[in-house]
Order: sequence, then C-alpha cells, then structure tokens
Amino acid sequence: MKSVMAFTFYAVRKMLLGGSAYYLWLACLGVLIAVGISGYHEQFVHGHIVTNMRDPVPWGIFIGTYAFLVGVAAAAMALAVPGYVYHWKPIKDIVVLGEIIAISAVIMCILFVMADLGHPERFWHLLPIVGKPNLPSSMIGMNVMILNGYLVLNIVIVSYFLYCSYVDRPYNKVLFMTLMLLSIPAAISIHTTTAFIFNVLPARPYWNSAILVPRFIATALCAGPALMVLAFQILRKVAKINIEDEALNKIVEMMVIVLFVNLLLFFAEVVTEFRSATAHTIHMQYYFTGIGGHVGLVTWAWSGAACNITAFFLLLIPKTRKNRIIMNLSCALVFVGVFIEKGIGLVLPGFTPGTLGELYEYSPSRVEVMIAIGIVGVGMLVFTLLSRVAIPLTFSEPLDDNGGITATRGEPDSYRPDPMGI
Amino acid sequence: MKGSEQKKNTEVTQTKKQAKMQDSRSVSRRNFMKAAGVGAGALIGLPRDADAFDLEEYFQDHFTELSPEEIERTIERLERKYSKKYGKAVTVDTTGPNDDVLFGYGLDISRCIGCRRCVYGCVEENNQSRDPQIHWIRVLEFDNDEVIRNINFDEGDPFYDHEEAPAPGKSYLPIACQQCENPECVKACPTTATWQEPDGIVVIDYDWCIGCRYCIAACPYGARHFNWTEPEIPADEMNPNTHYLGNRPRPHGVVEKCTWCIQRTRHGRYPACVEACPVGARKFGNLLDPDSEIRYLMEHKRTFVLKAEIDTKPKFFYFYG
Repeated sequence: MKSVMAFTFYAVRKMLLGGSAYYLWLACLGVLIAVGISGYHEQFVHGHIVTNMRDPVPWGIFIGTYAFLVGVAAAAMALAVPGYVYHWKPIKDIVVLGEIIAISAVIMCILFVMADLGHPERFWHLLPIVGKPNLPSSMIGMNVMILNGYLVLNIVIVSYFLYCSYVDRPYNKVLFMTLMLLSIPAAISIHTTTAFIFNVLPARPYWNSAILVPRFIATALCAGPALMVLAFQILRKVAKINIEDEALNKIVEMMVIVLFVNLLLFFAEVVTEFRSATAHTIHMQYYFTGIGGHVGLVTWAWSGAACNITAFFLLLIPKTRKNRIIMNLSCALVFVGVFIEKGIGLVLPGFTPGTLGELYEYSPSRVEVMIAIGIVGVGMLVFTLLSRVAIPLTFSEPLDDNGGITATRGEPDSYRPDPMGI
Repeated sequence: MKGSEQKKNTEVTQTKKQAKMQDSRSVSRRNFMKAAGVGAGALIGLPRDADAFDLEEYFQDHFTELSPEEIERTIERLERKYSKKYGKAVTVDTTGPNDDVLFGYGLDISRCIGCRRCVYGCVEENNQSRDPQIHWIRVLEFDNDEVIRNINFDEGDPFYDHEEAPAPGKSYLPIACQQCENPECVKACPTTATWQEPDGIVVIDYDWCIGCRYCIAACPYGARHFNWTEPEIPADEMNPNTHYLGNRPRPHGVVEKCTWCIQRTRHGRYPACVEACPVGARKFGNLLDPDSEIRYLMEHKRTFVLKAEIDTKPKFFYFYG
C-alpha cells in the first residue's frame, strides 16, 4: 500500500514538474483545450444547431473522427502481437507506449461521442443496472461497453507494468501475459463493433456491406502504426530514449502488408459498386464524382485515395522505404489518407443523399472544428502526461531532468525504475 | 384446518415479502442515483429547484419502469411545468393501448394533391417546433411518368414550392413514420428510449433519449427528427391536450417522430392528418377489426409498402383508389 502511494506520488510529480520546454508544450495544449471548451460552451448554450449537422446528415466530423480514432487505438495491438506473441525484444520495449497511445485515443473517442450527444448528462441511461441499455441489439450499446472495457484493460496493463517497474519487482508473468493477450481480441472487438454500428443498417446501402468490418480493421492497423512511427521518433528526440530503428522498420513492414489488404478491400468495394451500378451506387458516386453540382467531397475522395496509393508504393519499394525521410513522409500520408477515408469518406457519403433522396451537403461548422481541436488537445495532453511517467520507468537510459543518466539496463523482463528520477 | 390456514397466511406474507423485495430493489436503485445526484448537486452549488436543471427529472426512471405513483408525480410535475411555460392549463395523458387494437394506416396516392394541409395540421396538433421548423410528414413530388414506373426516392423533391398544388404532370407521395412491425429505430436505440407499444405505435420517452441520433441513421423513411435547439411553439398555438409519449412539448437535444396522434387515437379519434386531408386520401383504423375501413382497403385495393425489400413491415399502406 505504501509503495502504491509512493508510485502515485512519483507519477503526479513527474507529470507536474519539468523543464521550461515541457511547460511551454503544456501551455500550447492548454490553448487547444481552451478553444475546445469555448466551442463546447457555445454548443451547450444554443444546442447542436451551431453545428452543420441536420436531420439528413445527423452525424458529422464528431462521429467520423470517432471512427478514425477507434482505429488509432489499434496501435496497442499492432505492438502487442510482435512483442508478446512472438517475443521480439525491440518491440517489447515500446509496447507500453503503444498502450498509452491507445488510452489517449479511446479517451478522445469517448469525448467525441459525448460532444455529439444531445443530452450527454443522461449518459447513465447507457449503463447496465442503473440505466436500460439495449443489448445486444443496439450496436452503439455494444460499442460503449466494449470500448470502455478496452480502456480499463489498457489502464490496468499500463499502471500495473509501470508500478512493478517502479518498485523494481518483476511483474507476475501469468497475470500480465493474460491481460496483454486479452488486449488483442479486445482491440479487434472495438473495431468490429464500431464497424457494426454502420454496416448493420439496411437503411444505408453505402455501409450495408460485410466488407466494412475487415476494412475497419485494416484501416486501423494502418493509421495506428503510422502515428506510432512518427510519435516514437519525436519522443526519441525529445526524451532522448533508445527506441531501436529495427523496431520502427518492423512496424512499417507490417503496415505495408495491411495497407495492401486495405487497398484491395477498397478496390473490391469500388468495382462491385460501379460495375453493378444499382440505385445504391449513388452514395459512392457522390463521394467520387459528385451529383449534379454537389461536389463537396470529390477533392477529399481523390486526395485520400492518392495518399494511400502513393504511400503504399513508397513503402513497398525497399529503396524508398529505407530512406528515413521518405518513410516518415509515407507514414504521414497513410495517417492523412486513412483519416480522409474513415473520418470523411465513411460517414458523410452514407448520409448523402438521405433516405428520401435529400441532398444536403455537410461540412463542419466553426464550432465543430473548435470542439474537435479541443478534444485532440486533451488526447495529446493525456499522452504527454502518461508518457512522462512511463518513459523513465520503461527505458533503461533516460536522461533525467538534471541531465544525468540514472539507471542501467536490466535483464529482459525485469524492468528497473529510475531511482533518481523521483 | 388450522394448519392449512396458517400455510395460506405464510404464502400471503411470502408473496407480499417478494413484492416488497422487488419494490425495494428498484426503489433502492433509484434512491441511490437520486441521493448521489442531490449530493453532487449540492456540492457544485445547484439550487434544489433550479428551472434549467430539474434533479427529479434527471433521475426519473425509464417510463415503462415507473410505478403508478411515480407516473402520477411525474405527470403532475410536467403539467405544472408546461402550464407555467405556456400560460394555459396543459394536460399530459398517459392512456395505455386498448386491447384488441393494432393500428394501421392507408394512403390513396391517386387522390393526394400535394397541398400539404396534413403537414401543417400535424404541426399544430403535435406541437412541433415552428422555429426551426420540424415536419413529421414530408410530401415528395415526382414526375408522373417517373412514379408510375418505380418510386426512386432520389428523383423525389420534398422542397417543391409552387403557388398551387397539384402542379401539372406531377404526383405526390406523403411520407411519415411507417410504424414498422420490425422497426429499425427500436433495434438501433442504445438506451431503449424508443419502443413499440402493443397497439403498434412506436413511441419515444423524451426524458430518456440521450440524443445520439442513431435512430435517425437507422430509419429508412427519414421519419425521425432531432431538436437541434430549444423548440419554439407560440403559446397561443400550443395544443394543451398532450400525451406523455406523443405531443407533449419536447426538450432540445432529443429525437421526435409521428405517433399517429397517440393522444387522439387511443381515445377513438382520427389522427389530425386524416381530418386535415381535403380529398379523403388518408384512412386510419384497427387492423384487427375485420369490419374496419382499413381492412376493406387492404382486401380490395392494390396496396404496397415503401422499401419492402428491407422487410421493416410497415403498417402504413399505400394504395391506388
């Protein structure tokens, strides 16, 4: 109990104290969050009428970004498999960072849903026992359960791992491996149920296709790793930690394969839609070609596809893949491409035209953009704070705030804390 | 003799005990939420009787789980609130479904002239917001030859704006909630805030809806509408005869839809749209009554339902008279 208190104290201290660069960064995030709060205040006072969502397009960038971020939360899974199923050391080192990205992403997901709800204060109606959730029929109900379960699981894994590391005691292998392995099907479940939210609706032919589920998982395993590769290189620079190039290369190699699967599924969908050319093709037509002068998404559609295809070839060819600059550029392209494909190209064309043929072209309002910026700020803040705590405990040779190397590398699986970092 | 009496007594006590236990279980759940809420409210300094945030309303259970006393209290509270807001005596009805009644609706598309009197009759009866406008009924305008071949919704225009209707060469298709037997919206709702009553009407508990709009995404008929802001109804136009599950004033941030005028039809009256239609295109009745007009139409006219391929089984039948 005493050591738990000490660990908590250490964690809070780590989060609150830092150099001036750290405070400057926190201040920047504070500005983003303040923008979000002021946007949300406006929405709270006037209602969702300050967004550009309306009855024909009842969901906009909140739910689009939500679907995208559920995918980013796959980051953890993409590392847990090579790290803990295949016990590959360079990746094992960074699994905890992947879990922290997952935690931040899921927290952003929950905030996006809360921002979307007309009555967020009634959230307890969704909970079992106190509320009246419609399970298993409602896919949003299922998704809420599983997403929160995934969040709790990741928080438990990360805090248990860091705690053991702090008290310099090897973790309970059976318990830890069980949780870690459980997080893999849990990650697949969050994508599956998120895809189910859309594809089980017969009213919306654009989504009503079983291929949406594997597409969700494929896009997830592209966006998550792409973000990690970029974030880890930044962390490596800023926190001066040892993340091996080999680990990054391996992540990128895995990503290329999944990116190919994603492009294949996407291609299959496009051919099926346009070759059969039924009345249901109109949604994809709207996305790629526009309908009668309504061309709001056409530029997005083609640039999204271009991002993904370009990145695929750049990462496929070993010569360009091994060039660090091109690799980073490609990862950025994948991240942007998947955001367009999922955040914009998934939700909006499904609603355009509406079930009775209304063609309402949605683009986010100022308030929606402000709220989204704020939520992303919160996500980055969560990631910053948690990695502040995690990095000295996970990596053997961190430079502490005084600039000294404080610990030596331990044996694999017995992670040492950073005794002077307190 | 004495033994059996005693046994009987114990049985009675046992059932009473069980009833009490059940009662206390649901009560304790509510009380817990309520106590937690009042505590939290006190902590953040919310006044106990705040107008904007009513704690009793906040911790109110799902409508189907309220006890008769709780329903009575809720209705009293709502009537007081609405009467104060609109400056007239507003009643909130909770009449349940009648036995042996399953409502059905018929619409003669060869008669409809696209005048939209039903749309505005509905707005007045059901207290829809005037600003921004919410319409539960939507009338689509089609080219004549288009609609004869096939109803393609992408060809329909809900926003036609002529001086006079019908316009030459045009036909009209009014659409509202189809009161499906297999309702997609009910399956979608994550909180069970919308459900199908035994008389076939799909209703919403506006005090339970969290406003996620998943039902809007799920409805194939565009029948569900969201209150994007506080709905505005002029006090003198507000209809004071309301039903809890129907036309009582809605808060912002919840979904609403046609209930076939539950406040009227459960008392044996026609829905407002049926009365408003100047050409008698709209028919309404009990599908379980073999002598009803709706049954006659179904047996003698060529009827069809919208989007039959989705198999939502609408109880709203279109026919050519």
